[in-house]
Amino acid sequence: MQVLISILFDGLAYGMMLFVIAVGLSVTMGLMGFVNLAHGAFAMVGGYLTVSAMSRLGLPFPLALLAAAVAVGAASILLERGLYARLYAAPELDQVMLTIGLVFMATAAVTFVYGPAPVPVRLPGYLKGQIDLGFRAFPTYRVVLIGVGLAFMALLWLVFERTLLGAQIRAAVDNRRMAQSVGINVDRLFTLTFAFGSAMAALGGGLAIDIVGLSPTFATQYLVLFLIVVAVGGMASLGGAFVAALILGFLDNAGKYLWPEGGGFFIYVLTVVLLLARPEGLLARSRRG
Amino acid sequence: MASASARKRVATRHRFRAIEALPWALAIAAFLLFPDYAFLGTQVLILILFALSLDLILGYAGIVTLGHAAYFGLGAYVTGMLSARLGWHEPITGLLAAGLVAAVAGWLSGMILLRYHGLALLMLTLALGLMLLQMANALAPWTGGFDGLYGISPAPLFGVFENDLYGHTYYWYGLAVLFLAFLVCRRLVHSPFGLSLKGLRENERRMGAIGCDVLERKVLIFTVAAALAGLAGGLFAEANAFVTLDVFSFRRSGTVLIVLILGGPGRLYGAFVGGTVYYLLADQLAKASPEFWQFGVGLVLVLVVLFWRGGLLGLADLALARRRRAGG
Repeated sequence: MQVLISILFDGLAYGMMLFVIAVGLSVTMGLMGFVNLAHGAFAMVGGYLTVSAMSRLGLPFPLALLAAAVAVGAASILLERGLYARLYAAPELDQVMLTIGLVFMATAAVTFVYGPAPVPVRLPGYLKGQIDLGFRAFPTYRVVLIGVGLAFMALLWLVFERTLLGAQIRAAVDNRRMAQSVGINVDRLFTLTFAFGSAMAALGGGLAIDIVGLSPTFATQYLVLFLIVVAVGGMASLGGAFVAALILGFLDNAGKYLWPEGGGFFIYVLTVVLLLARPEGLLARSRRG
Repeated sequence: MASASARKRVATRHRFRAIEALPWALAIAAFLLFPDYAFLGTQVLILILFALSLDLILGYAGIVTLGHAAYFGLGAYVTGMLSARLGWHEPITGLLAAGLVAAVAGWLSGMILLRYHGLALLMLTLALGLMLLQMANALAPWTGGFDGLYGISPAPLFGVFENDLYGHTYYWYGLAVLFLAFLVCRRLVHSPFGLSLKGLRENERRMGAIGCDVLERKVLIFTVAAALAGLAGGLFAEANAFVTLDVFSFRRSGTVLIVLILGGPGRLYGAFVGGTVYYLLADQLAKASPEFWQFGVGLVLVLVVLFWRGGLLGLADLALARRRRAGG
């Protein structure tokens, strides 16, 4: 029973981390059909900037996260306008190669600046230790992480389903041409969501340090998990990404607890099977037109 | 009535030209000049063979995969485990077994994977490669798992030629395998079948519309490519006498993509140029400064994608055409 609770709790925290990082990728891939393999690099750079903002500028942890998110979001606007926008109509191979190139450059840059060894994050006192939730004590940081993930889900849901901006995004995902014809500026919409998605990835990268660590291999090591969240969840599907991230979080932790050698294998088998059965994703938005 | 010159051009279109002897002459000259670097040379040959196999599916048929290392790794583990676990040390049959298993795997996976397109295909190939990596990890008692597979000891070639400390023998062995594989590829891409592959790359729907069995052709070339990748993996296991889980990694799939893109896809020789340049630069620069090397590769990739998609050989074409125009 204790093991089951641990798996569920840790899986929830892990899933929330995956969701915060991957949800931006889901929306941008759905909106422009752009294969962005550099998304993990954005998260990694966000993590390193968080660490630097704390140690160099002396910012407290939450502010450092925010600063990293803003910096990466702003940089991603430049990248999107300067590089990505040139390749929207290009074959997938070009998009894959461009973004792999960016991953290499980002990995080399952070290795040069921070070294190849994992970098720790100094959490503030109020996030350390345990918190008693009545029936059992849990690590405070993970409880907060779950709260942050749920808050983001609620916020994004409100934006997506209840605002004009959200309606425009949904319209553009469903049928880009039609959306353009009725006067939605899809290019600007994309720049905006791309920047926001990258900022969230950076924030998630900062939050992830205490859970999975931070080293220059982060960009490729976890990219696969983010891509699985997107592919299994379905393009531009908020609920899909959320469900996929949670499933992946639970399975990954269950695997680590119950079957340390074979857990990873099981996840990829399940991914392949899910993709074969539903290539458009679990809760894919039905495409009209 | 076709003119005699046109008929002659068709008949001799795919004859071997003198310049095609150049890579092989260079490979032999490299050995004679730098015999101490034979081991390094063998690694280059293996990378070329691997990139050549990718060229068949990516450069000709236009199938983008992020998991080509799956077949390389499968070949490496088949040859390696035959020797280290089952005591089958004969190198040539060990290598053929690697090609065979990889071909069967390529055929089976191709029949399923190649029905998908776009992101789903990218994800499936990526996940399949990592699935094999995790499987090899989970089967640690047989594969050696995370610590790698030790104890691969190939017997002398033909029972006579022992591999020495510098790997002289295996250089010739690798060159022979590469040459045979190249002949097969060259024949294949210049056949009507090869032409239909180019058709698939340019417009798959239209090929289907004119009555081509799209899936069958894609599966066939995918199987051949998997077999060649398996041979490259088997050579890797024999030449290094050591296999790690890294043979299945995403990094390896990515590297071979980069090698082919840098060399120039869709022309067979791109694999030769890309493989040689990449490996030699990697060996030299990565020793001096791994970060700058990695950053440089990334930068070159971005520039290639944005400004010049033909790779190094495409660049050479351009220079030749310019000279010819200036001269004529």
